[in-house]
Amino acid sequence: MSLVFYLIAALTVAGGLAAMLLKNTVHCALALTVAFAGLALLYLDLDAQFTGFAQILVYVGAVAILVVFAILLTKGSETPKDGVFSKTWLAGLAVAAAVFAVFAWSILQSVSRLPQAAKVPAVTVQQIGVALIGRYVLPLEIVAVLLTVALIGAVIVAMHEKEGGAQ
Amino acid sequence: MTPLAGFLLVAALLFSIGLAGALTRRNAILVLIGIELMLNAANLNLIAFWRYGPHPEALTGMMFAIFSIAVAAAEAAVGLGLVISIHRHTHTTDLDLMNRMKG
Repeated sequence: MSLVFYLIAALTVAGGLAAMLLKNTVHCALALTVAFAGLALLYLDLDAQFTGFAQILVYVGAVAILVVFAILLTKGSETPKDGVFSKTWLAGLAVAAAVFAVFAWSILQSVSRLPQAAKVPAVTVQQIGVALIGRYVLPLEIVAVLLTVALIGAVIVAMHEKEGGAQ
Repeated sequence: MTPLAGFLLVAALLFSIGLAGALTRRNAILVLIGIELMLNAANLNLIAFWRYGPHPEALTGMMFAIFSIAVAAAEAAVGLGLVISIHRHTHTTDLDLMNRMKG
């Protein structure tokens, strides 16, 4: 475990915590961007360069902007007077803590069985492209259709409807 | 502690933070943000197992993560579109106030 890993992990977890704890919704979206960037750095630390840059393009570039747009379109940046947490926050926190306890326990129990440090896999973008067009071509096409359908659907759902029928 | 266990612990922590946020926040957009954090934690697990697994040259875990990123982007677009649409009907994004299914 290197110092770089600890720094990136601390940044990512701090970004995630801030995204869930801050009162102002726009600040939450910015903290979420920090968490996404930290995850991209973790992917780079894991020698998955392509996935790291895809994470930056898709999450830091697109999803974060989408979240900010949604916040501004719904006036979600106004902090409600009666708190930002639900009335049942204690139960939700207990469930999340229990889930983390189970995860941490199972990971720490299986440390000796997990694979040890492996040699760095030499994967080029060319190999990824060949795999995407070869073995994984069917999922690739399905994802293309899914993205088209989802984006058209999102536009139709969010489109303004005039009185007396959809336009 | 092995490097893989470190990455798995970070992913577990991020997943729990996202779950806690999705269960406790009142703003619908922040619930979606929590779900995104959970999806990202799962992706981190996939990449970590790809890196330290026996056959990284088969690219299975990395492909799973790439497709997962694409599906999560579609989910975010549809989810935020739904939140905007609901906000137009009810003029709120507070989930505690959305207590009826009639439009």
